[in-house]
Amino acid sequence: MAFDVQTATAWITASEAVVKANEARLTGLDAAIGDGDHGANMARGLAAALANIAEKEPATPGDVLVAAGRGIVAKTGGASGPLYGTAFRRAGKALGDATEATAEQVGDALEAALTAIKELGGAAEGDKTMVDGLAPAVAAFRQAVADGGDLASASVAAADAAEAGLAATVPLQARKGRASYLGARSVGHEDPGAASLALILRALAEVTA
Amino acid sequence: MKKLINSPDSVIADALRGMAAAHPSLAVDLENRVVSRAGGVMAGKVGLVSGGGSGHEPLHGGYVGYGMLDAAAPGEVYTSPVPDQILAATKAADHGSGVLHIVKNYTGDVLNFRMAAELAEDEDIRVVSVVTNDDAAVEDSTYTAGRRGVGGTVFVEKLAGAAAEEGADLDTVAALATRVNEATRSFAIALHAGTVPAAGKPGFDLAENEVELGVGIHGEPGRERGTMQPVHDLVGYALDVIHADRPIAGDQLVMLNGQGGTPLIELYGAFAEAVAWIEGHGGTVARSLVGNYITSLDQQGFSITVMSLDDELLRLWDAPVSTPALRWGR
Repeated sequence: MAFDVQTATAWITASEAVVKANEARLTGLDAAIGDGDHGANMARGLAAALANIAEKEPATPGDVLVAAGRGIVAKTGGASGPLYGTAFRRAGKALGDATEATAEQVGDALEAALTAIKELGGAAEGDKTMVDGLAPAVAAFRQAVADGGDLASASVAAADAAEAGLAATVPLQARKGRASYLGARSVGHEDPGAASLALILRALAEVTA
Repeated sequence: MKKLINSPDSVIADALRGMAAAHPSLAVDLENRVVSRAGGVMAGKVGLVSGGGSGHEPLHGGYVGYGMLDAAAPGEVYTSPVPDQILAATKAADHGSGVLHIVKNYTGDVLNFRMAAELAEDEDIRVVSVVTNDDAAVEDSTYTAGRRGVGGTVFVEKLAGAAAEEGADLDTVAALATRVNEATRSFAIALHAGTVPAAGKPGFDLAENEVELGVGIHGEPGRERGTMQPVHDLVGYALDVIHADRPIAGDQLVMLNGQGGTPLIELYGAFAEAVAWIEGHGGTVARSLVGNYITSLDQQGFSITVMSLDDELLRLWDAPVSTPALRWGR
């Protein structure tokens, strides 16, 4: 299957649903090493993304992601609003005018999202942030496509890598964001941003299956 | 946890309606969530905007008025405002001579204000940002997001606001704000965590004999747990940390701030200890504030903010101010 308007919209719809279902878990992770609002913020942001998509009626999958990103930036606040919002917007722009993006183009879009998050937040791999989920996911997605995989199998590879990346954040000490103020006390917890990222990439795998 | 609210979703809208009713000197835009001065454009004056998560009242809306801010953007509880909202505040504060953004160093605030500044530049409003980072509890290193902006933000808003009221240009006001931030240090100790309305329970648990040393203003845990001690020792600990980071000498501006859930009688007791400590180290408390100026909802505890005064800073501190939370000389 190709990544078209329906698939892109289904991805955001599924992301909103899974984040809403996991709102308490995300908030609990954030309460442990941050300030306990990540679940509520992400639920509000993705609901705004859906509302903006419904209002704009985008004609391409790229425009779906741009509309999602703008909705997230406009309503989320915190660090996750600019980071996720800019990530979706840049991913959408990377898809250009394509009405049916190929797996390779989706890989480029995910890479653009990763670059945006790194630029805006200044985080690198190992800092215990969402980058620790997204960076291995982008690499796994690209590797799967290079090995001849289609959109569905590459998305599963990306989701698996994001979940492994999330697990790998547990022993890390945070160096960015509010958790960094805890120093060594941030060790032993999953990073909330990497957790929401893993949910969103699993949603991509499910809608492309 | 009992809360004097209708519902967690309506807390901010309800509070803004109340602010509007209580303070006719303020214009409260309920749709965009912007608090600004009711007076309209003041030709030639540099505009001052700040904002951040709600829950720190009177920061920032309570500091909108003559001699301080032109506009404030309150976000959700403990969550930074969004770029469009900060843009609306920037437009409300723009008198044609540029706008200063005063931003506390928290990742979300910094990112949203940066996006808002870009949007403002697109509309031909010149914006300069000053990021406050006065918290002596945090090491400024590559291993953290940098020092947090806390109590010193109140001093920056007052002193930069006074300079702007006198007609200083944007670069001069920004340079002064930077100088104030660099001359200021804060340290906070929590006895009991505050409760975010939507969460319904305290942000962290402290045992009866425990305190959180170096806590931030969002209920985020501090750098270590300590044992509960008499106020003499807690104030001494805080000032020792500040003094080791930036020596306290000469005339000082001191704010003994409550975190929202500590009675004034205890804050005055803490302030007496602070004065004794500073005088014991050869300094003088030239000016002071004692009360709730930058809070963390109903958190119990205090913060101390100290700044070394020179003639210019003392004059700007004494300059007239008329806001809901600070008012003198006018």
